[in-house]
Amino acid sequence: MNRINPINRRTFLKTGGALVVTFSLAPESLFSQRLDGASSNQLDGWLSINADGSVTAFTGKCELGHGLYTAQTQLVAEELSVPLNRVKLIQCDTEITPDQGTTSGAQSHPTNFNQGSLALACATARETLTRLAATRLGIPADQLSARDGIISAKSDATKNVSYGEIIGGKKFNLTLDTRAKRKPASDWTILGTPVPRIEIPAMATGEFEYVHNVRVPGMLHGQVVRPPAVGSSLISVDENSVRDLPGVVKVVVKKNFLGVVAQKPWQAIQAANKLKAVWTSGTGLPKHSEIHDYLRNNKPTRDTLAVNSKDIDAKLASAAKVMNATYLYPYQMHGSIGSSCAVADVQNGKATVWSATQAVYPLRSTMAMVLGLQLENVHIIFKMGSGCYGCNGADTVSYDAALLSQAAGRPVRVQLTRKDEMAWENYGLAFAIDQRIGVDEMGTIVAWDYEAWSPTLGNRPGMTNPGNVVTGFLAGFPPAAFAARTPAPDPANFANGNNAVPSYVTGTVNGKSGGTGKVPSERVLSHDVVSPFWTGPLRSPARLQNTFAHESFIDEVAAEVKADPVEYRLRHLSDPRLMDVVKRAAKAANWDTRPSPRNGARRSGIASGRGIACVLYEGDNGYCAIVAEVDVHQDTGRVAVKRLVIANDVGPISNPDGLRNQLEGGALHGISRTLNEEVMWDDQKVTSIDWRTYRPLPVGAEIPKIETVLINRPDAHAAGAGETAVTVTAAAIGNAIFDATGARIRQIPFTPERVKAALGRG
Amino acid sequence: MITLKVNGRTHTLDADPATPLLYVLSDDLELRGPKFGCGLGQCGCCTVIVKGQAIRSCITPVSNVAGAEITTLEGLGSSAKPHPIQKAFIDEQAVQCGFCLSGVIMTAKAYLDRNPKASDADIQQALSGVLCRCHTHTRMMRAIKRYAQGVKA
Repeated sequence: MNRINPINRRTFLKTGGALVVTFSLAPESLFSQRLDGASSNQLDGWLSINADGSVTAFTGKCELGHGLYTAQTQLVAEELSVPLNRVKLIQCDTEITPDQGTTSGAQSHPTNFNQGSLALACATARETLTRLAATRLGIPADQLSARDGIISAKSDATKNVSYGEIIGGKKFNLTLDTRAKRKPASDWTILGTPVPRIEIPAMATGEFEYVHNVRVPGMLHGQVVRPPAVGSSLISVDENSVRDLPGVVKVVVKKNFLGVVAQKPWQAIQAANKLKAVWTSGTGLPKHSEIHDYLRNNKPTRDTLAVNSKDIDAKLASAAKVMNATYLYPYQMHGSIGSSCAVADVQNGKATVWSATQAVYPLRSTMAMVLGLQLENVHIIFKMGSGCYGCNGADTVSYDAALLSQAAGRPVRVQLTRKDEMAWENYGLAFAIDQRIGVDEMGTIVAWDYEAWSPTLGNRPGMTNPGNVVTGFLAGFPPAAFAARTPAPDPANFANGNNAVPSYVTGTVNGKSGGTGKVPSERVLSHDVVSPFWTGPLRSPARLQNTFAHESFIDEVAAEVKADPVEYRLRHLSDPRLMDVVKRAAKAANWDTRPSPRNGARRSGIASGRGIACVLYEGDNGYCAIVAEVDVHQDTGRVAVKRLVIANDVGPISNPDGLRNQLEGGALHGISRTLNEEVMWDDQKVTSIDWRTYRPLPVGAEIPKIETVLINRPDAHAAGAGETAVTVTAAAIGNAIFDATGARIRQIPFTPERVKAALGRG
Repeated sequence: MITLKVNGRTHTLDADPATPLLYVLSDDLELRGPKFGCGLGQCGCCTVIVKGQAIRSCITPVSNVAGAEITTLEGLGSSAKPHPIQKAFIDEQAVQCGFCLSGVIMTAKAYLDRNPKASDADIQQALSGVLCRCHTHTRMMRAIKRYAQGVKA
């Protein structure tokens, strides 16, 4: 069996890599959500040419199952003109890779593929190698070309020199050249092609090493014992209750953090189950059925205005017609298929942690706080986990393993139980959203008013807040303080990172329009309140919830003024790329142009309909439109999604098959969240604790035919692809249900009960 | 002592007979194919094939399968020489994070080997208790049907 050792600089050098620079400690960021770290302007920090001419590259953005490892490898191979199989990419290790903050927010592709970071390092290296080759061959650089790691004269290929001969095994000793030219997309032979995912053969054959498979010599197994209710504190622990169980090594207590360490995983699970502990009762939870009222009435609030034209009340008062509607979204969970796992070795004042964290450098910072160690004595090594879809249990279980290892003085592996994963993760946000629109006599929207309430508690730990996830909190660290603010200040700049601003307004702040639409009278007011549960980013955080409300509501207004949903959207949009995805999706779906609902809808049997929704994700990070076709089984309330047509524009497409995989997966994830997923609780604790009490779409479920329309824009900036489709699915389905039946459902998930109630058949 | 036959090799182990098979496979034998997803037999990540049946190793006491031939995901084939169903998943790129693959591949293989004439609806039914949270369902069904064609042929 392979034993895993951390790649440290010494072993790395021994195994034949060229010299790499070490990274000075990054200055601490004030922001808890660091998408980008201090990075590096040293070329040797990003890549090295080995003696045999192969390339080792280093990235601070990690694979989450979305294909980034392959896409980044393509980028390196392309920009350096070496074959794909000559590139070895090393990702996210605090001793050897650049600090690129957090791999999240669909920002990794933009970060490393636009002019900067990894791409710039590769371009700098290629230009440098060409310059060195010119000197060596005595041929001007502009008469040379690079291919397969060899630079040769354009006129005579026998005059050549390889990368290995030029610099193999030696350092560049250069800073990144911001003027280094990227290869134009027209020259691409590796980027832009459907390169198969590098890890898939190993994954499909059980060879791939996930963090769950990491084994280190002398490793023990830990389990945590979480409180029985939200807000419970630990009063006492009876260590004798497990003393005689086989394999038990230690019971560990740190404030409200409780865990056991045993020789074998099954022994640790049994000990955790049998350990007698006394806890205070919980602090109580709001009634599940009243959560949205709870959000509206909770004080204090943090109020934010994204736009405010300050004429909204007057415009609504003078509008020919005013419509309003309220949209509700539940707490949902990441629910990773593999519960979170980490391995930690904390001994003699030093810690090495193998973790599926999305943020190795930030985790190093908070891990040092949790363990009371010096930052330079903490080493975080990324190992891939199961898909996370945002802030799942990866960070919290890293603290679990480290705390247990520190107490046991041996390496400890922890994999959470299903219940511990589900009952304590940082859930995706519930939302209550009130919308008001005024239209003129022509049915054109003249004013759009949005007000929303959503809960927050914790988040990613960032650099300074281990208490933002449950283990850090139990071990004595508070979550980031809630910064109340009322009233909201006027916005300083237009920003639409949460897609709180609908696509159809101008987004005008200080006289500058940053939005994608034409409606001039606009107000977007958001209230954050303290959540009873941990919250954190879940694939398309807030963006999905807001887009559900916006794209449902514009459909309601279109129906009211008897306009076709596609034409009505286009009438109010100004951004050509957003309009283009709408048109392309409609065309590919053979869109039936007419107002919704369809004529002759009856309230029995199966009714079929089509709906559309669109978004410019985060206001600047990928365009997507989906047409959904559904069958509504009106007697049972079941919704069957029959077909999805997805048009997507991410700028230049690095890997069309990888992009399709993300769009397909995102759309089905969207269906699961739209129709099935909702976190449940009683008056003390979360009751969605397994796959019977939280029910996603199984692999054998009836799934729609999915068609993707990829719009390639080689000269545009690269945008994210992992979160666009999931953002628009819910509204597209809701609009299709309305088209089929005339019934509007304004609360996610669209359970059979809610569908029947909307149909008047409850 | 318990004797296990896993992927054609015999192992003699000292394990509590009540220990779920999964822990023996993934910890004692350090196999990477079967994985802990839920520990409740609800998701499929731990699936192995015993006597032609896909079983959930996280809820199967190791004593129940002593002496029986157990096949895990890595027992089917290797990346150098993948089994036809593994090759179908590679060819269709039917993977995102890949953590669920023991559930999807082993369940589908055991079912199709016993029911080579299964319809699409039958295959869906066979996979109605298997989860993939990346929702790679479209490609997975395509890969399974590709393998099914080969089984029929």
